[in-house]
Amino acid sequence: MPDLNLITSDQLKKRHAKEARFQWYGRIAIMISLSFLVFMFVAIFYRGAGAFQQTKIGLDIDFSEALIDPQGTRDAEVIAGANFKPLITKSLAQVFPEAANRADKRAVYKLISSGSVFELGNMVKDNPNLIGTSRRVWLTATSEVDLFMKGKIDADIDEALRRLKDSDIARIEMLKDSGLIKRKFNTALFTNGDSREPEMAGILGAALGSFFSLLICFLISFPLGILTAVYLEEYAKKSRITDFIEVNINNLAAVPSIVFGLLGLSIFLNFFHLPRSTPLVGGMVLALMTLPTIIIASRSILRSVPKSIRDAALGLGASKTQTTFHHVVPLALPGMLTGTILGMARALGETAPLLMIGMVAFIVDIPKGVTDVATSLPVQIFLWADSPEKGFVERTSAAIIVLLIFLVLMNLLAVYLRRKLERRW
Amino acid sequence: MAGVIDMQNETELAVKQPIMTAKNVDVFYGKKQAIDNVSLDIPENEITSLIGPSGCGKSTFLRCFNRMNDTIDSCKVSGKIEFAGQDIYSPKVDVVALRARIGMVFQKANPFPKSIFENVAYGPRIHDLSSSKDELEHIVITSLKRAGLYDEVSDRLDDPGTSLSGGQQQRLCIARAIAVDPQIILMDEPCSALDPIATAIIEELMESMKRDYTIVIVTHSMAQAARISQKTAFFHLGKVIEYGETDKMFTSPDNELTQNYISGRIG
Repeated sequence: MPDLNLITSDQLKKRHAKEARFQWYGRIAIMISLSFLVFMFVAIFYRGAGAFQQTKIGLDIDFSEALIDPQGTRDAEVIAGANFKPLITKSLAQVFPEAANRADKRAVYKLISSGSVFELGNMVKDNPNLIGTSRRVWLTATSEVDLFMKGKIDADIDEALRRLKDSDIARIEMLKDSGLIKRKFNTALFTNGDSREPEMAGILGAALGSFFSLLICFLISFPLGILTAVYLEEYAKKSRITDFIEVNINNLAAVPSIVFGLLGLSIFLNFFHLPRSTPLVGGMVLALMTLPTIIIASRSILRSVPKSIRDAALGLGASKTQTTFHHVVPLALPGMLTGTILGMARALGETAPLLMIGMVAFIVDIPKGVTDVATSLPVQIFLWADSPEKGFVERTSAAIIVLLIFLVLMNLLAVYLRRKLERRW
Repeated sequence: MAGVIDMQNETELAVKQPIMTAKNVDVFYGKKQAIDNVSLDIPENEITSLIGPSGCGKSTFLRCFNRMNDTIDSCKVSGKIEFAGQDIYSPKVDVVALRARIGMVFQKANPFPKSIFENVAYGPRIHDLSSSKDELEHIVITSLKRAGLYDEVSDRLDDPGTSLSGGQQQRLCIARAIAVDPQIILMDEPCSALDPIATAIIEELMESMKRDYTIVIVTHSMAQAARISQKTAFFHLGKVIEYGETDKMFTSPDNELTQNYISGRIG
């Protein structure tokens, strides 16, 4: 008589318990990594959110012709050479008449950012009709005032330990009462280059530096990577040489990025004498770093195109090249693009190789082309994180937020392209 | 003995000039020999079946006729295969021209991931067979009609070829092969993935195509070989054991091995 019993309760219980346990291990692992991620995002946004607002002080400025353009030429050079500081000090004297001695006057002037004279200068340069008129202008407050307004300076600690004195605080309170101090959206963050003054520092220079670097990186690595992958996968016969190349490509993908930076330093800068600290060289170094990633991704995509498609085209009398470029590459292209964008996203976040080729300098000017000196977003974050001024703390986080947004956008673009262009067979 | 050919059949074949002849063909994959000294004549406007157990080399041999084996690095072909009197493995022969003359239909229907129209139009396009858009359209429609598919797809030529059923896809592949106007169509187990109804339709189609084309078909179904072909070659371990008229092969085979395979004792 065979055993027909279907219930093995002890074993069954153990098996169920084991399965449930493994599922829980997985869930816990996901929860732990998610919580790290959430913690990171919350911390960055909490710190960085403030940087998107900037404290401004409203002053009634008299654009007196005698101070700006005494001859009445309205010449751009004369306006650019004019000294706008008296305009501000005159206006401040009306707001704070009690500040009569030089020390007080200097303290009052220090509430306004030293970059404000340039703001005024640019205003007049853009609109010379302002000369001779009088109007209220919102000037950027200095970083200490900004931090105080955002509640990041504690007025209760000993006066000697803070840069904002009691008299300064009293004046800020006075401005507050008369509605002359306000927090506005911080456009300077997106339109300025780097600065020593936190309130004047912006990420445009670094963002453009990153953009130009990535442009060069794309122009070099995309065609080279795709052609290499297509040749190795579709044309090259398997031999010792192709094996050797394949092993080396895989090894290159694992080389630490700083090594590529050293390579760029010794070859592009010291041997070819290309301009130092420029997106041109940065992009070339990043291209070296991205190439193996693109080649490996493209090859695996090409390999996934079914052989039957190749057979169909070859069987019709299509040549090897027709088969490859009419059928195989179009099918693989969405995947190749995705691989490239992901490689570029990695390049966007890369810092170490750029340090090696000098893209780490303090650069105020906004780059206009690939041969202008520039930094990049991650390097800018590194530089700001290193700065002693307290005002850079929130700027650092703000720059990280911007970088993260770019990375997310690039990844979304990759997903979108894959969905949009993918053809099924 | 290698390549035994029935004497009576050989004299018969000599009367009608074969369109394709294979003489002493050997095929190696690396060191492994897949085809061992095979000689075979393919008569014009007839259907020739290649049968035999799995791994006997019948597909490999079929792929020698349009040099599809060239795409496999390790594959080496020696011997002589002639098409209309020309050695197709001569270095002067253009493989592209050869494959335009000798079309192929594969085991698994492999339409391009493009529209039905584009699938058929691709061959004429790359070979410059049409000078105008109307002419191309004419070729596509005639080819689809010849493949017996036009009535089913005439209102959706822009739909993807992959949206068709398995049998329709295979007929689309046949239409695609016809569109280049070949002399010979090689078929590598074209019905192995199809249901009996789709298979019957394709068999009927082949019967009607015989007038215009020479067909060489590899099949693992002996019943199919018996139904559709005029000549049958039985392959075993890379050799042709017997080659002759299909009727005679299935009723009174000369070789004991053939007898055993046909009656299902080996396979």
